[in-house]
Amino acid sequence: MKGRFQLSLAVVLLVALGLGLTLYKHFALGFPLLRGETNTIWSIEAEVEFMADGGPAKATLTLPDHQSDVRILDESFASPGYGINQFDDNGQRRAEWSIREAKGRQTLYYKVNLYPDSVSDPDREPPVENDTLTVKPRLPEPYQTAADSLLESVTERSADARSFTGTLINEFLDSSPGQNTNMLLGMIDNRESRTRLLIDLLTMADIPVRMVRGLYLEDGRRRQPMLDMLEVYTNDGWLMFDPVTGESGNPANFFLWQRGGKSMLDVMGGTNSRVSFSMISQAVPARELAIQNSQADEVALIDFSIYALPLEVQNAFKSILLIPIGTLVVLFMRIIVGLRTSGTFMPVLISVAFLETQLLPGLTIFITIVSIGLWMRSILSQLNMLLVARLAAVMIVVIGIMGAMSILSWKLGITQALTVTFFPMIILAWTIERMSILWEEEGPRDVVIEGFGSLLVATISYLLMSNPTVEHLTFNFPELLFAVLGVTLMLGQYTGYRLLELRRFRPLVQG
Amino acid sequence: MEVIRRFIDSFAKPRQLREAGILSMNSRNLDYVIKYNPRKLLPQVDNKLTTKQMAQQAGVAVPELLGVVSYQSEIKNLSQLLAAHEHFVIKPAQGSGGKGILVITGRDGDRYVKASGDTLEFEDINRHVSNILGGLYSLGGKSDVAMIEGLIQADPVFNDYSFEGVPDIRMIVFRGFPVMAMLRLATRASDGKANLHQGAVGVGLDIATGKSLRAVQFDTPIKLHPDTQHSFESLQVPHWDRLLELTAACYGMTGLGYLGVDMVLDKHLGPLILELNARPGLAIQIANGCGIHPRLQKIEAMPDWNIPISEKVTFSKQYFTSQ
Repeated sequence: MKGRFQLSLAVVLLVALGLGLTLYKHFALGFPLLRGETNTIWSIEAEVEFMADGGPAKATLTLPDHQSDVRILDESFASPGYGINQFDDNGQRRAEWSIREAKGRQTLYYKVNLYPDSVSDPDREPPVENDTLTVKPRLPEPYQTAADSLLESVTERSADARSFTGTLINEFLDSSPGQNTNMLLGMIDNRESRTRLLIDLLTMADIPVRMVRGLYLEDGRRRQPMLDMLEVYTNDGWLMFDPVTGESGNPANFFLWQRGGKSMLDVMGGTNSRVSFSMISQAVPARELAIQNSQADEVALIDFSIYALPLEVQNAFKSILLIPIGTLVVLFMRIIVGLRTSGTFMPVLISVAFLETQLLPGLTIFITIVSIGLWMRSILSQLNMLLVARLAAVMIVVIGIMGAMSILSWKLGITQALTVTFFPMIILAWTIERMSILWEEEGPRDVVIEGFGSLLVATISYLLMSNPTVEHLTFNFPELLFAVLGVTLMLGQYTGYRLLELRRFRPLVQG
Repeated sequence: MEVIRRFIDSFAKPRQLREAGILSMNSRNLDYVIKYNPRKLLPQVDNKLTTKQMAQQAGVAVPELLGVVSYQSEIKNLSQLLAAHEHFVIKPAQGSGGKGILVITGRDGDRYVKASGDTLEFEDINRHVSNILGGLYSLGGKSDVAMIEGLIQADPVFNDYSFEGVPDIRMIVFRGFPVMAMLRLATRASDGKANLHQGAVGVGLDIATGKSLRAVQFDTPIKLHPDTQHSFESLQVPHWDRLLELTAACYGMTGLGYLGVDMVLDKHLGPLILELNARPGLAIQIANGCGIHPRLQKIEAMPDWNIPISEKVTFSKQYFTSQ
């Protein structure tokens, strides 16, 4: 009984610690317990990577401008050993990292926190020289001739700069493009070259145009590329056009990073450079916005916390911190309810996959893959193979099924099945193996019972894990893990009846 | 409303179960399996070959071991080994749930006759043994060894109650005290297997006498065997005292405090130990119509359980009888 007392004490302490820290953070530091009453601030992190040659290296990155509709709360740079300079390059803010000697892979970080203020009026400043191209570009023949006749035909069908741009982009989007357009399409192989060609064409038509770059703000995105857009000066000021969809106007959640056609990143003394962006949204109460910076610097609980990590890692933790909630569901369903599942924590991994695929597509994908896999496995088992080889074979089949499902659904226009890749393949292969052994040893009835149990547990954990409040709590109050650990230890000592045992043993106490 | 009430009624109240002394799965794991079965002792019962060797050393009766094939290269000696025996059983040492067990009941010229009447070539047996060695039947696919055992010939006393298969007796032994017993009978529904949740019949046995108490199939009480229509009322397991002693001996043999012992009655050899289980299930309570917890607690409360086997058996017969 001594051990049990110690365990109980540990449970009480852990739960008290978890709840205590949470309440402290809420009341003393003003972290909101609920998602409501909050504003969203965005953290965007640019990760610059290049291979240094061994000598001096210099990397220059364009920084976002202060804009009227976005407040930049704070910026920071992380780059061990590098000197950092900010300078103004013809109206464009840029940061320069420099080092005397560097060799091998270099990773530099720039992080900016910003807060979208309100929707603002469009930029009405008339074009200045360094925004736009001053010399009319000329394309090589025969493209120039094609461009000239295309511009002519577009001019006939448009009234002003705005309609001209719209018509021009639509020419390129037409499912059966004209002869001239078709030739010009040959010059395009990605978004950037498309944007550049459109800018050239618009400049030829004497329409003031400039390139802008920016990011779509979406929570939890990693390794996002910078997107090129174009802005045309119209009677109402600058108007943004998406070169790929032809939509005009500032898209919602589009954060403008750079105006003008300068390169985003320049690296000297290194090769294979690239920049990618991660972003994350954080709920912060409005009144805390102003004091957030000073707090973060002084409070150890915040300073030594997940917030101090690079954004990409923070995004990963956002999902990882949800897993204990899933394991708690598994514990509850097994120890208190008595449900049988296939593999102890497999349901949690399935529910993590569901987070990517959504529930119904996820269930469909899972049942399809496991059914086909079981059928394939029964064929394989006739070949009398050793387990490891059989598992590997099942895994290859699983990958094949995933590929087939993706292609099929793409052709059918269902994009959700594409997220199938988030399913942990090794887990699926193991599940198929276990279920097929179960099928042979105990019969299909048990396979259905265990499969149903697993999916039920996975569904419940999914519903909890995808709940915004739960996500908010686990990410902003990771100390709640102490409480979860405490409950876990408590469940570990539960010796009472499982819910299903009450039913199973009911005949023993009748009458 | 009615449906909901009936649904709720299909659950017992925890208090009722506790008063009836029903052991729960959580309590079995935490209070008995983890507490009394040290992990390092478990491998010896998970491997039927080690169990058998241990039993033989302890002088406990087990089915005769005719031979062991441990390596693929030894398969070439198989025909020589089998030539000497008319009937035999081949099983994987680490198999579970009866998987991979091949029963040969006789010969038909060069061919081997299975229990079902089908015949096999020697090549088929060869392949079966090779599969066992490759780990086809062991949990997790670990490489395994094949055991060749003498065929058990079921005591005819069970002829009226069994549909194929050899009936086995499961006893729970706690610290060397036989605590509860049941007889497992294969049925047509269980496909000749003595596996309760596949539809085999469990018959609760009185610890003092070996007489049947009641019978259940799929956790529901029944009066007659579903295939043979025989009443279980007059069923009594013979050699009962010997079975109790064999069970009790398993504690000293393995050191495992909470153990399920599976035994069979051979027509010629009498009671034999077939297999030991360190995590025996709880269906035995349903077969007996009675909870096991008070009996376990009674033993736990004893100041000294290091008493001779015969005294343990006497104690169990005196206190754990249901009549």
